Amino acid sequence: MIHFVILISRQGKVRLTKWYSPYQQKERSTVIRELSGLILSRGPKLCNFVEWKGYKVVYRRYASLYFCMCIDPDDNELEILEIIHHFVEILDRYFGSVCELDLIFNFHKAYYILDEILIAGELQESSKKAVARLIAAQDSLVETAKEEAGSISNMISQAI
Amino acid sequence: MNPFSSGTRLRDMIRAIRACKTAAEERAVVRKECAAIRSAISENDQDYRHRNIAKLMFIHMLGYPTHFGQMECLKLIASAGFPEKRIGYLGLMLLLDERQEVLMLVTNSLKQDLNHTNQYIVGLALCALGNICSAEMASDLAAEVERLLLTKDPNIKKKAALCSIRIIRKVPDLAENFLSPAASLLKEKHHGVLIAGIQLCTDLCKVSADANKHLRKNCTEGLIRILKDVSNSSYAPEYDIAGITDPFLHIRVLRLMRMLGQGDADTSEYMNDILAQIASKTESNKNAGNAILYECVETIMGIEATSGLRVLAINILGRFLSNRDNNIRYVALNMLMKAIAVDSQAVQRHRTTILECVKDSDASIRKRALELVFLLVNDTNAKPLTKELIDYLEVSDQDFKGDLTAKICSIIEKFSQEKKWYIDQMLKVLSLAGSYVKDDVWHALIVAISNAPDLQGYSVRSLYKAFQTSFEQVSLVRVAVWCIGEYGEMLVGNVGVLEVEEPLTVTESDTVDVLEACLTGHSADITTRSMSLIALLKLSSRFPPTSERIKEIITVHKGSIVLELQQRAIEFNSIIQRHDNIKSSLVERMPVLDESAYMVKKANSSQENIVAVKSSQMSLAGTSVTLPNGVAKPPAAPLVDLLDLSSDDTLVPTSTSKDFLHDLLGIELTNSSSSGIAPSGGTDILMDLLSIGTPVQSDISPETVSSNQGFAPTTKPTPTTVQVLDLLDVLPSNGSVAGDQSPLYPSITAFQSSTLKIMFSFKKHPEKPQVTEIHATFMNLSSDAYTDFVFQAAVPKFIQLHLDPASSNHLPANGNGTITQTVTVTNSQHGQKPLAMRIRMVYKVDNQEKLEQGQINNFPPGL
Repeated sequence: MIHFVILISRQGKVRLTKWYSPYQQKERSTVIRELSGLILSRGPKLCNFVEWKGYKVVYRRYASLYFCMCIDPDDNELEILEIIHHFVEILDRYFGSVCELDLIFNFHKAYYILDEILIAGELQESSKKAVARLIAAQDSLVETAKEEAGSISNMISQAI
Repeated sequence: MNPFSSGTRLRDMIRAIRACKTAAEERAVVRKECAAIRSAISENDQDYRHRNIAKLMFIHMLGYPTHFGQMECLKLIASAGFPEKRIGYLGLMLLLDERQEVLMLVTNSLKQDLNHTNQYIVGLALCALGNICSAEMASDLAAEVERLLLTKDPNIKKKAALCSIRIIRKVPDLAENFLSPAASLLKEKHHGVLIAGIQLCTDLCKVSADANKHLRKNCTEGLIRILKDVSNSSYAPEYDIAGITDPFLHIRVLRLMRMLGQGDADTSEYMNDILAQIASKTESNKNAGNAILYECVETIMGIEATSGLRVLAINILGRFLSNRDNNIRYVALNMLMKAIAVDSQAVQRHRTTILECVKDSDASIRKRALELVFLLVNDTNAKPLTKELIDYLEVSDQDFKGDLTAKICSIIEKFSQEKKWYIDQMLKVLSLAGSYVKDDVWHALIVAISNAPDLQGYSVRSLYKAFQTSFEQVSLVRVAVWCIGEYGEMLVGNVGVLEVEEPLTVTESDTVDVLEACLTGHSADITTRSMSLIALLKLSSRFPPTSERIKEIITVHKGSIVLELQQRAIEFNSIIQRHDNIKSSLVERMPVLDESAYMVKKANSSQENIVAVKSSQMSLAGTSVTLPNGVAKPPAAPLVDLLDLSSDDTLVPTSTSKDFLHDLLGIELTNSSSSGIAPSGGTDILMDLLSIGTPVQSDISPETVSSNQGFAPTTKPTPTTVQVLDLLDVLPSNGSVAGDQSPLYPSITAFQSSTLKIMFSFKKHPEKPQVTEIHATFMNLSSDAYTDFVFQAAVPKFIQLHLDPASSNHLPANGNGTITQTVTVTNSQHGQKPLAMRIRMVYKVDNQEKLEQGQINNFPPGL
């Protein structure tokens, strides 16, 4: 099972965190600090796995962003690399060649997409198209709600 | 409208935060935003609620506290519209974790949303439940999720299946409810539903053996068909990754097949063909294909596969190991560790490659490879492997040396068959990485040298030579100092020269030079310097010509600012000056250190079962000696060594208490392989009666004596037979005493306030386990005397209580006297429920009535 997903930038800034196992606020910041130290310092040619506190962290770098997933020691590391890539490809299609700024300003959308790919730390959907369809359907629901609502709520939705 | 509540747009806030140049600026912006959000919350502003939550989520990601927004998430979830719910659930998952009480409040909204007509709202609720639900919520909402597993919509179905995984992980007892809906999911065509369903089945198998049996019987065929279909399917653009259709589905089916085939030959045989097909046909030039192969190999290793299939699997790992991609090599090493259990010969064939991986530049790979090498070592290859590892130790990274040294040392200790090899290898490790060697390792080396009279001269000379080149390695220096102190004359006099040695000329003053260097060197720590002082004292009696110089060195340290050194220097100085007549007997060579006792202690303290094989008998008799290492015990339990096997075999039975674990442990010194374990008398008392032995000096023939008490045949070379009989006489009786003794319960402090302290001690009659006699002792901690002291107690219904009259009702001040009272309790549910008691103390201070009360929950278990 995937215990958590973290996206960190080359500078160590957190861009997305998702916790599937219970970690308290304090533990979360320790985890992020420890892992960014461990992962950001690794050279480019090394393998994409780091052993950490009895778990394994699988990471993959895309431009300036590191996608990290923490898994049990007997999980399939190579498959997690594929899941990371699966996520990135869906993000890429949704945003149209995604960049770090997209994920900063539309972080909630990145979360919505992740929620269509993983639940309870397990894979939910292997088809990129299916994820895109579901996200589009929900986005249009939001749009419709916006149009139906009065001018005030219209303002609010735009603000988001 | 309140001018503050509208605030900035989310986009503007993110811009403002990103524009900050310093952390202080960022904090200021965040503080301002949080203040605006707080005031919006307190005004119950509905219009901007979801924008505020979105802002809070961003602030949360930056690591600032956002707990004040939690209730707002609940309000959003409770509102009617999809957009509000969507952001509300996202906030819920991000800002809360399952341990927060607030979470319970959302259960009702979740229940409503799970029954909503809009499939996307149901989806949101399932997603939130699957990601953060607690055990209570899982039990409350399991029925709803179970129902959703049977709906038509694939989107809801797959989410409900994953949500069920979370539920059975939290509450395994619910597993059986999910079994039949889960099995029916395996018949679906939709890949998302299949993937989720297969994962649910895998998790069901993990928590319930019944589920495993059921699925094995009913679903194996279906799974094989799914795998066949997906692996033989033509190009499917929606699921294609690198020319393979849906590798995720492949992997999940293979994983469930592993659960089902484990320990079942028929099912495993059934899977044979498809596994062989996957293993031989899958393309291995892309990561996706390798991920499938990797999972397939693990399944083959996990089930009762045919030997042909296993050869295929090991060959795949061999190919992986020679791959240039580091990821592939890493997983190969990882899997080979599991393969050792299946076919260690096949893994041994890759030894050279694995050894190369120990020297890799990637820390993750090095670590895996080292673990694997450690498992590969056996009696035949221990020597060459150790040599390789030690050679590498010289050039390895600084941060890897610690791990590497520890592993080399345990290999040397575990596989040494001759003493000289052991000493040689340890010296090499000490000279290369002495600073990384743990204390117990070099202690063991000293014990071993002291037990090898033939090699003492050789050891001290080798150490002297090693010291010349590696004086910066702390533990090498310590061992050298100790040996020079003990065997200095062998160094100078070239006693017991082995054939392989090169001649070495060392004068007495050279030896003193070494010790002086250790004592005064900059890098030396207190332990090394103290050891050097002792060594000097010893040499002063063995090398009379140098005694004047040694006296001067010691005198210098009389003024040392380190207390330990100063004290030693002063004491030694007075020995040299005033007690010259007894000095030589004072500083005689140390008696041979008891190797077996040391090993027992070491095994106890380190919890490691790797016990070094070393004994003086070994080099004398030339027989292989094995120490029993079945010293298994729960790590937390305190330990009492019933038998401290000192060389004169004094047995000191100590009083026993039920939580303690008793080790009657010794060392077997012959080839007899069995080690006996005495049946334990009490349930909580574990008695390991392994076998007893004492290492002794040379020229003694081993005596074999078997006890007829059901203990292991104990074989033990000793100077006299009488000693052996003594030992065996004591042992059985000692064992039975410990076994029959009814458990004692530790006293507790039942109550303590600033004014009063109550101690309880317990007594039980073995024939009436439910009755406990409690002796209560009351003590006054205040400075005023108490009069009219009355103690009252109340117990739950299943306990009966009887209070005897108290010894007095007057309690003197400052603890200058106590009141005692006997309380008898009968626990009708003894063994099921623990004791519990409410107590109340009423007394008068200066005629003013006082009352104290409390509850006692810390009764020792088992009362």
